[in-house]
Amino acid sequence: MALDTVTTATQNPDTKQPFAELGLKEDEYARIKTILGRRPTSSELAMYSVMWSEHCSYKSSKIHLKQFGEKAVKSDALLVGIGENAGVVDIGQNYAITFKIESHNHPSFIEPYQGAATGVGGIVRDILTMGARPIAVMDPLRFGLADAPDTRRLLPGIVAGIGGYGNCLGLPNIGGEIVFDETYAGNPLVNALCVGVMKHEDIKLATAHGTGNLVVLFGAKTGGDGIGGVSVLASETFSDAKPTKRPAVQVGDPFAEKVLIECCLEIFKADLVIGIQDLGGAGLSCATSELASAGSGGMQINLEKVPLRDPSLSPEEILMSESQERMCAIVAPEKIKTFMAICKKWDVTATVIGEVTDGERLHITFNGELIVDVPPRTVAHDGPVYNRPIKKPDYIDQLTKSKFEVPLPTAPDEVKAAILKLIASPNIADKSWVTSQYDKYVQGNTVLAQPEDSGLIRIDEQTHLGVAVSTDANARWSYLDPYEGAKLALAESCRNIATTGAKPLAVTNCLNFGSPEDPGVMWQFAETVRGLADAALELGLPITGGNVSFYNQTGAVAILPTPVIGVLGVIQDVRKRTPMGIPAAGLDLYLIGKYNGNLSGSEWAYLHGEIGNASPVADLEMEKRLVNFLLDGQPIFESAHDVSNGGLAATIVESVLKNKIGARIELNDVANALFSETPGRVLVSIKDSATNEIVNLAGKYQIPIYKIGTTGGTDLEINLAVISIEELSKAHTETFPKLFG
Amino acid sequence: MAKIIVEVMLKPEILDPQGQAVASALPRLGFTFAKSVRQGKRFEIEVTGDPTPAQLAEVEKAAETLLSNPVIETYVVKIEK
Repeated sequence: MALDTVTTATQNPDTKQPFAELGLKEDEYARIKTILGRRPTSSELAMYSVMWSEHCSYKSSKIHLKQFGEKAVKSDALLVGIGENAGVVDIGQNYAITFKIESHNHPSFIEPYQGAATGVGGIVRDILTMGARPIAVMDPLRFGLADAPDTRRLLPGIVAGIGGYGNCLGLPNIGGEIVFDETYAGNPLVNALCVGVMKHEDIKLATAHGTGNLVVLFGAKTGGDGIGGVSVLASETFSDAKPTKRPAVQVGDPFAEKVLIECCLEIFKADLVIGIQDLGGAGLSCATSELASAGSGGMQINLEKVPLRDPSLSPEEILMSESQERMCAIVAPEKIKTFMAICKKWDVTATVIGEVTDGERLHITFNGELIVDVPPRTVAHDGPVYNRPIKKPDYIDQLTKSKFEVPLPTAPDEVKAAILKLIASPNIADKSWVTSQYDKYVQGNTVLAQPEDSGLIRIDEQTHLGVAVSTDANARWSYLDPYEGAKLALAESCRNIATTGAKPLAVTNCLNFGSPEDPGVMWQFAETVRGLADAALELGLPITGGNVSFYNQTGAVAILPTPVIGVLGVIQDVRKRTPMGIPAAGLDLYLIGKYNGNLSGSEWAYLHGEIGNASPVADLEMEKRLVNFLLDGQPIFESAHDVSNGGLAATIVESVLKNKIGARIELNDVANALFSETPGRVLVSIKDSATNEIVNLAGKYQIPIYKIGTTGGTDLEINLAVISIEELSKAHTETFPKLFG
Repeated sequence: MAKIIVEVMLKPEILDPQGQAVASALPRLGFTFAKSVRQGKRFEIEVTGDPTPAQLAEVEKAAETLLSNPVIETYVVKIEK
């Protein structure tokens, strides 16, 4: 077994290296040689290749993402911003919340259960790394057509994986979305969001400073997980017997993670770490180079000390391994004894693998031989930056010019049939089949969960302070106009927060797109980022971080541009939240906000094979007033439910079905009114005695309101169409069990 | 009567939390022999009479599609008298 050391690399400068197989371009390989002044060793090559990959380096997106910094609002609430593992937001009473959303799309396609499970595990560790206790998760999902055979393989596996991992951790799953569209066939989206809470003084950062401080690897042992690509190197270097093929699949162990969470929290409480980083994508390569480059000095790692699950792993593979449930901490020597004692108590393997040095370089040795000698910043942060070509795709103008018509119901029977058809369609149908596999109430602090507009978690048992989280994306609008689509998604997410009675505070995002090498996709991406940055600025909300997932495409077909936007809100007293369901008979129903009858991008159009010709245009100034209207009016609202996917029809049906209380509604231009998804609208119910107040509020915030009906009875009556609650319930709930058993 | 046996194991490089849990429980109960443990599953399939080559081929197919997850597991089909 010939070890490729720095000495060997210097002596044999012309050894051929498989940089292309590792995904590096010729000029990138040349750049590594320039940085090092020699050819990289195979371990260095492995590190650079994975850290300079699209996934880790954001090389195609960086140039656009910097707008999030340039257009950022000044926010006192933001305690830690973009660049750390997750952003941290002040919610008052000395509490800080950290939240982030990440994609695990490709692994979930290969192995749905483990891919989705480790997606949850990864985001939970990101939150933990900030010093916070994870308190809730959410999962926005996208699949191909609901009745496609591959969806039957993916959806149950992915849902079981999310439930399996999250439930074992004892984390409530409080929301998310499930959307079907043929462009996601072969490319499901599995995004995972986690929320964590801590006190202000408990915030931890990923940094390594203080010469002589120790680098400790703790958690699970390192195995050959997720190093599929790097096996090229191993097979070049070694030819002897070892597990035939290194898997791209990582297998998670939620019980190990649960123990790791409790162990870390005890370590944090005892104030034993200087910096901490979780091991996720790119494993130890990422953790060591990021910790070192965020610190003041260099770092020395003795790689042979890493505890291995599979002793046949080569140094390159140890550096690349994505084995789950591992953390890396920087600990002062005088505290290491206590640190180790806590790890022992929790039965967590912990090993000192190196120390912080006063140099400027990251040195990694294997049995005394120097195999990595690099400036850490060049690995972690100074990766290539691409300004990829951008071109507005032709389809946009073609659609804009196209005539767009869908059949609309007129007679009462037709209206009834149309409503039943809409609410039974997979995108609108009841998702209990999925959400009942998740534990929504574990920990006992869940106030609202799916299908409510946002998930609501109590933070303090005495003061009843709580936080609300919502995730939203309307990919069809983003397809029609990615700039407006991003703005609308943020506006919708804020509206969902305000609908439950919480005040929007901060934004995170997960931007899922096709190949950045396609100028059309890159244009969609650039427009999305511009839209999101502009919208956040106009709404006065900080963007705390995010994640980009490219290459979501099958052959030449990219997924619909899918920017999933998460918003965090704060509610002073969770007991005062507004639920979505109509709570009683005899209430007045008001539609808040104006509608324009546009059916572009609506579910109704989709059901007729149409996408429409123009996205709605976001009116953020109005959305801001609407949020204030909702927050001010919260005491008089008996229920409130956002109008979004499926239009007013879906909103009314969901509000009625929640508590099985009927309603009588009168609408002009009934079909358009029911099926248009015009943004900026909310359905609320109030007591008759609150009429003056709602009229005054509407005047104060200049929001149009329309009294459209009253609640009560056992039917939903819309003009002359009468549908019994039983019929509604049957249509709404039958779809998922029928599709997925 | 002969049975067709399908044994499914996680591939050697795949993490096996169950096996690990067993391995760490053994010494707690005083068993000190194990360096490591990996846990799999075994299917016993009865057919009428002795298995035919055609049936074995069918079982092979079932093992690949239903009884195992070829992404993370391997299987062996054999006959047990």
